[in-house]
Amino acid sequence: MLATVLTEHSELNLAAKDGLWLLADDAERATGWTPKPEGMCRDDICVPMPVRDGRVDVAAFWRRLDRPVVSDSAGETWVLGAGAAQRNDALAGLIAPDFTLPDLAGTLHTLSALRGNKVFLCTWASW
Amino acid sequence: MIVAVAEESRGAEHARQWIEQAKAEYWCLIDAEHHVAELYGMVNVPQAVWIDETGHIVRPPETAGSTDHFRMMDLTTRSLAPEHQAARNAARTAYLDAVRDWVLSGRYALPADAALERLPRVTPEIAQAHAHFRLGVWLRRHGNAAEGDAHLAEASRLHPDSWNMWRQTADLDEVGKAGGAEFWQRVRALGERPYYPPPDLSG
Repeated sequence: MLATVLTEHSELNLAAKDGLWLLADDAERATGWTPKPEGMCRDDICVPMPVRDGRVDVAAFWRRLDRPVVSDSAGETWVLGAGAAQRNDALAGLIAPDFTLPDLAGTLHTLSALRGNKVFLCTWASW
Repeated sequence: MIVAVAEESRGAEHARQWIEQAKAEYWCLIDAEHHVAELYGMVNVPQAVWIDETGHIVRPPETAGSTDHFRMMDLTTRSLAPEHQAARNAARTAYLDAVRDWVLSGRYALPADAALERLPRVTPEIAQAHAHFRLGVWLRRHGNAAEGDAHLAEASRLHPDSWNMWRQTADLDEVGKAGGAEFWQRVRALGERPYYPPPDLSG
């Protein structure tokens, strides 16, 4: 089944089986971690995960990292969310978390491009 | 520099008229998935974060000029007593003056330990809520409102302090519902707790 996987910075369409069992390359695209014989690895860290027919259970892996995984009932759309520790760690150094968003014309703007200026970052809504 | 972020899951067109009226020369961005609120732990609008030249947060998210005086509004006439209106205007002016002072002199920037102390803490429930919220918005946008709404409701249940989540969900259901009877019921249920916690501008 072709599943849509929403990650922090992207929306991927990947061939999934039995939930979110993904082929190695797709698992890496979805998570940023590389499947290896010893598990899912990034930098010097490996998290042991079974590989079955060349596939990894990415939902189980994400939960093992203590990060939220939610999906629709059909298993067609998945969100691999950011974990609480990840968010808190990002703020702990007081560096403003970076983001890129469009304006009305669709032009993208990135917060960190304003480095060197004071920034008043405010939210509003029509509702 | 000002960066104004519209928390607007209905999409850019819904925010257009306000942005065009403001004739803003600063960035007016559309945040359909409330990503900024998630990154910074924001729970209501308007909230603001002050960021210095080195990219450091010197004031974590706080109410940006609004006050709770609206709770004393006469709901039949939609009017506010003059003294409440005046207090509301004074609070807004004080906040905007503080922003200007900071830009010109650096005043009101918090030392790191005070800024850290005021940072919102993200709990596992809040992290889970944001995942449900994102899925709910996505499903709605892709024609699956029934299931999307279930995820949006779950987001609000997991993160009840987020007025952003609750009101955006109400708005997606029906424009105007975010300020309707259920909204006022939720506001009354706050009791003594503030809807817009006032920013601490002492020192």
